[in-house]
Amino acid sequence: MTLTLTPDAGAEAAVNVVERTSPSGLSYWHVADSTVPLVAMRFGFRGAGATQDTDGLEGTATLAAAVLDEGAGPHDALAFQTLLEDNAIRLSFDASQDNLTGELTVVADTVELGAELLSLALTQPRFDEDAIERARGQIMAGLRRELNDPEAIASRLSSETFFPDHPYARPSRGSLESLPTISTGDLRAYHQRALGRDRLHIAIVGDIDADGADALVDAAFAGVAEASSLTTVSRIDVPAGTVRHQDLDVAQTVIRFAMPGIDRDDPDFMAAFVMNHIVGGGTFSSRLFKSVREERGLTYSVYSYLAVRDHAPFIGGGASTRPERAQETLDVIRDVLSTFVAEGPSEEELQAAKDFLIGSYPLRFDSSQKISQQLVGMQLEDMPISYMAERAALIRAITVDDIRRVAARLLNAPLSLVIVGQPLT
Amino acid sequence: MTVFSAALGSVGLTPANASGGDMVFAPSASEFTLDNGMRVVVIPDRRAPVVTHMIWYKVGAADEAPGESGIAHFLEHLMFKGTEANPGDTFSQTIAQLGGTQNAFTSYDYTAYFQRIAVEHLPLMMQMEADRMKNLVLSDDVVSSERNVVLEERASRVDNDPSAQMRETYAATFFQNHPYGVPIIGWRHEIEDLSREDALAFYARYYTPENAILVVAGDVDEDAVRGLAETHYGVIPPRDGAVTDRRRPREPEPVAERRVELRDARIAQPLLQIGYLAPSYTLSDDATTPPALDVLAHYLGDGATSHLYRTFVHERRTAVSVGAFYNGSSLDHGGFYFFAYPAEGVTSQELEAEIEAELARVLADGISEDDVERAKRNLIAQTVFAQDSQASLARIFGSSLAVGEDLSDVQQWPSRISAVTADQVIAAARAVIQPHRAVVGLQLPQAPEAPAPADG
Repeated sequence: MTLTLTPDAGAEAAVNVVERTSPSGLSYWHVADSTVPLVAMRFGFRGAGATQDTDGLEGTATLAAAVLDEGAGPHDALAFQTLLEDNAIRLSFDASQDNLTGELTVVADTVELGAELLSLALTQPRFDEDAIERARGQIMAGLRRELNDPEAIASRLSSETFFPDHPYARPSRGSLESLPTISTGDLRAYHQRALGRDRLHIAIVGDIDADGADALVDAAFAGVAEASSLTTVSRIDVPAGTVRHQDLDVAQTVIRFAMPGIDRDDPDFMAAFVMNHIVGGGTFSSRLFKSVREERGLTYSVYSYLAVRDHAPFIGGGASTRPERAQETLDVIRDVLSTFVAEGPSEEELQAAKDFLIGSYPLRFDSSQKISQQLVGMQLEDMPISYMAERAALIRAITVDDIRRVAARLLNAPLSLVIVGQPLT
Repeated sequence: MTVFSAALGSVGLTPANASGGDMVFAPSASEFTLDNGMRVVVIPDRRAPVVTHMIWYKVGAADEAPGESGIAHFLEHLMFKGTEANPGDTFSQTIAQLGGTQNAFTSYDYTAYFQRIAVEHLPLMMQMEADRMKNLVLSDDVVSSERNVVLEERASRVDNDPSAQMRETYAATFFQNHPYGVPIIGWRHEIEDLSREDALAFYARYYTPENAILVVAGDVDEDAVRGLAETHYGVIPPRDGAVTDRRRPREPEPVAERRVELRDARIAQPLLQIGYLAPSYTLSDDATTPPALDVLAHYLGDGATSHLYRTFVHERRTAVSVGAFYNGSSLDHGGFYFFAYPAEGVTSQELEAEIEAELARVLADGISEDDVERAKRNLIAQTVFAQDSQASLARIFGSSLAVGEDLSDVQQWPSRISAVTADQVIAAARAVIQPHRAVVGLQLPQAPEAPAPADG
C-alpha cells in the first residue's frame, strides 16, 4: 500500500510498504528506495529472547546472540569477521527479553555475500569454545562495570520488584553467577529450540527491487528450521504498592516506579498512549517535566513510559535527584499523577499531545535503517501495515473523556517503587 | 574528522570501487554565506518530508574565562527560557505541537541547537531560532532554578559515576595548559557561582550571526533555504568590532609520562587507558598526519579484526577487549588513545606493559602496505552508511565547519584517506606514540587483591 506519512500537513512523500511472500514461503515487508546505495534488513524471532533462558542459566540468549556471528560454517571467528569487515557488511544479533533480533546492512552489490554469511550464522553457527569465552568475558566485563552503578542497580531491582517470580524478573544479560555455568550444549540447545521460520518477521528497505528482495530472503532464511519449540511464558501484572529500597551512599538518589499498563489490543490502548505522553512521555512538555524539573529544579531527567512487552503491559517511570530532596520529588510525582486523575487534561493539552504524536511520526521514517527498524517492530507487535495510515485518525479521535477514563483506570494504582540511595527523609 | 568513525556506522562502497580516490562524501551538500557573515550549509535528502534544522555557534566550553567553567553549557540550558516575542517555553511548546523534536548540546568548540520537523514548518523554526539569537530574556528565578537542574545533571553524569570522575581527572592531566582539561559541564563549585549576568555577557559576546553556522538537511534545496535564511537570519546585524578571537592557550610538547590512578570501591572492572597528545585536522604542521592517524587508529584498534584485538583478545587472551581511536576533529589539539579491559587473572599493569611493548614492536617494524590499504578501504567504506541519515550528515558538516573546516574538507575526506601511504602512517605513529608523551589512566577496585563485591 501507499502511505502518506503526514496526512495532516498534506506533504506528499510516501513510504511504499509492500507485503510479499518469498518463493520458499516466507512473508516479509519490503520498501524499495534507491536514494542511498544500501540495503537494510531487520528481522526478529518473536518470543525467542531471554524469557527462554532456563533458571540458573540466565544470559543464554544474549550469549548465543553474541556468538552467532563469531564463526559459522567453514569460517572461524576471525575469518568470518574479516569477511564482514572487508566487504563493508554489517551483521549483528541482539536478544531482548521478548525477542531475538538481527540486522544486516549491505551495499547493493554485496547483498549476496551478506545473505550467505547471515544464513551460515543462523543455520551453522560454530559455537567454538574460544569464541564463547571471548563473548562471555565481554558480557561479564560489562556487568562488572555497572555492578555498583546506581542506575544499573535500580534497573536490576526494578525487574525483580515489578515482575516477581516471572522470567522478566531475571537479568536478560545474565549475572556473574549464571554466565560461567552456560555450556556450549546450552547454547546449541537454545539455538535449536528458539530459531524457527514460524516466529520470523522480516523487513527489507533500500536499494533492492522485489525480485532481489525475494532472493535475499530465501538466501538468508530458507535454511532456518520450520518450527521453533519455545516454552510458554505466563502473563504478569505489576504488583500494587511494593516498595524496595537499596541503601547506597550516592550523590544522587535514583527513583523508579511502575504500575499495571494496558494491552496493545485493548480499545483504550491509544487513549493510554496519548495520556502517557501528556503525563510523562513528552520531553520539555510533560506534566512531570514541568512540575519536577522546570518549576522546582529537582532533577535533570524525569519521565514515564507505556511499555508493550509481550507478557506484561505496564507503565514505568523514574527520576534522579539529590538525596535530601528525594522524598519531595516522589511526593511531587505522586501529586502530578493524582491531580491528573482528578482533573484530566485540558482541551489544549490534549490537542497539543495529538498534534505532536501525529506530526512527529514521519521523523521515524527518514532513513533506510530507521524504516526497517520501524517495520520489523510493528510486525513483532502484531501491527498491520495499514496501521501506519490509520494511526493518525485513531489518535485524533481521542477525547478528554477518553483520557479521564483511562487515567482513572490506570493511574489510581498504588505505585510500586524502587529507591536506590540513602533512606528517604 | 573522527566524526566519521564516531558518528557513522558502516557504508556502501564495495572493495572493488572503494579506492576512494574519486569518491566525494555527500556530494549534494552545498554552502553559501549571508551578507552578515553567517555561513549556511544545505544537504538535500528528499526521501521523507522532514528537515533537520541546526544552528551551530562557534563557541564552546574551551572559550570560557578561567573560573567560569560551565557557562557555555549553562547558557545552552537558558536558551530554552524564552524571549519577549516567545515568552517562557513557547518555542518548545510550538515545536511539540507541530510534531517536531528538538535538543541542544555543548562541546569544547561549539554549541548547537536543532529541531527535526515536517518541512513546511522550517520557516517558523528559522523565525523562532533567529529570535532567540538576539532577544533572550532571563529572570533571576529562572536562572536559579535552572542552575539546580544543571547541578543535578552533573550529579547524574559525573558524581554518581566513578568512570566519569576518572574521565574528568584524566582530561585535566592530559591537557596541562589547554582548557580541554576543564569539564564541559563545569566544576561543581564554579557552576554554583554562575550568574544571570555571566550568562547574558557570554550570550552577547558569542551569539551573533557571523559567529554562527546554519545547517539544513532534508527535504529542501539550496534556493529555498537561501531565501528563508536571508529573510530570517540575514536581517540580524553582525557584531560590532573585532571578529571573535579563538586563540586559546596551547599545550607545550609533553616531556614526562603522567599517570592517573583511580581506586574506588564502586569499581569492579579494571580499565586501562593510554593517551598521547596529537595534531588535529585543523591544528597540524602538515596535511598528511591527521588522515594518517585515522588510518593508524583503524589498523590498530577499530573493531574485531584490528591488530590489537587479534593480538590481545584472540591470541594472547590477556584482554577482554581492546581498542584505539583518534580524535582529530577538535579546533585545537587532538588525541590518540588506547583502552583495554584486562582478562581475569591479568593485572592492568601487566596488560599496560604488554600493549606498550607491542606498540614499540609495531613502531620498529612498520606496517605493511597491505594492512594500510585494507584499513583505508574499510575506513572509506564506512562513510556510505553515514549518508543514510540526514541527522548524521547535519552533525558531520556542522561540527566540521564549526572548527574551521570547509565544506570541501568534509567532502574530500575519502580522497585524503585514499592518498595516505604506509610511510606516512608509520611516521605519524612514531611522532605521536612515544613513552615520554604518554598519559596513562588506571581505574581499579579499591583493594588491589579483593574480589569484586557480589552485592550491589
